[in-house]
Amino acid sequence: MHEMSLAESVVQIVEDTARRNGGTRVSSVTLEIGALAGVEIEALRFCFDAASRGTMAAGAMLMIDRPEGAAWCMPCGETVRVTSLGEACPRCGSYQLQVTGGDELRVREIELH
Amino acid sequence: MCTTCGCGTDHVHIDGVSQLVSRTTAAPLSGEERFFPMPASTPAVGAMAVHAHGTPASRIVQVERDLLAANDSWARRNRDRFRALGTLCLNLVSSPGSGKTTLLVRTVTGLAARRPVGVIEGDQQTSNDADRIRATGVPAVQVNTGKGCHLEAPMIARALDGLALTAGGVLFIENVGNLVCPALFDLGEAHKVAILSVTEGEDKPLKYPDMFRAADVVLVNKIDLLPYLDFDVELCEANARRVNPSLEIMRVSAKSGDGFDEWLGWIESRARPAASPARGSEART
Repeated sequence: MHEMSLAESVVQIVEDTARRNGGTRVSSVTLEIGALAGVEIEALRFCFDAASRGTMAAGAMLMIDRPEGAAWCMPCGETVRVTSLGEACPRCGSYQLQVTGGDELRVREIELH
Repeated sequence: MCTTCGCGTDHVHIDGVSQLVSRTTAAPLSGEERFFPMPASTPAVGAMAVHAHGTPASRIVQVERDLLAANDSWARRNRDRFRALGTLCLNLVSSPGSGKTTLLVRTVTGLAARRPVGVIEGDQQTSNDADRIRATGVPAVQVNTGKGCHLEAPMIARALDGLALTAGGVLFIENVGNLVCPALFDLGEAHKVAILSVTEGEDKPLKYPDMFRAADVVLVNKIDLLPYLDFDVELCEANARRVNPSLEIMRVSAKSGDGFDEWLGWIESRARPAASPARGSEART
């Protein structure tokens, strides 16, 4: 889907951070991409390789953490685990769910040289 | 370019004028060349070195920055601009072929007599949709995304320079026909309005849940065709509410006008009072 735009954002954030910290090369990039963030991980990896070419992030190892999906179930009155949108509460079967976690899209850290 | 969906953002065209939007060039771009800089008001990155890593020459730097931070900063600026102007901005999203432009033509025709209306049209190529809107007398700016599969907030900021918005106005953004990518990108709109036509499947909200979660309103379009189809409207609406229980859903036909009293009433109830007797805002050329 929009993975190329996201990969370009990753590269922009990584280069920006590297420059501010006086680095010249980035050897690894750790992302947090939640299970409900609507991102195709393989597409993102492919796009990152393309978008990072010729930048300080070229050749960097891309590590991706996948926080689980979580939602507040109104009938249960508690947080439940969900693996995709449109899924029922695993406890009561209701769809009255409000996503509370798993939609992260973040650069967490980089390894800088 | 992404081979999954073909999206890539080398450059966009706004009313035919090329705009560079590359964010991947190795050399730093100057402020003039760079289309996606962080706005001046964006808080500085909280990056800091924390501890030495395995390799003596390397260190880990905490970044903790959202991938959409730059887009969202522009979206906030757009939203502030709409608020200051007293303009209601609606972002129309749907699959290709849902009847979005026909619906928009009927909508702006219904509103333009009462309040200022403007349109930003997003498509990969051609100015066909902006031409259809302009034929109604309503000003429209066409944004061509090239290979890009969605609009982003800085494109809207640029396009706004070509529209004179006034108090009580309504600005419609017709996003690129795509039920996936536009879900993630805030443009500064008050509401995303998803359009789903009855010639599509009832399970579309379950297949593309991100968009139906991002939307506040769903317009079920082409209901004039229901007698000829097996489409189960109740099932479709139930599927949409499974993904987003707070959705407002209206059934309309852009061809017959069915449901338009409710749809136009919904817009009127959210727009500010028009500052002066209704006239379409003038496009600056």
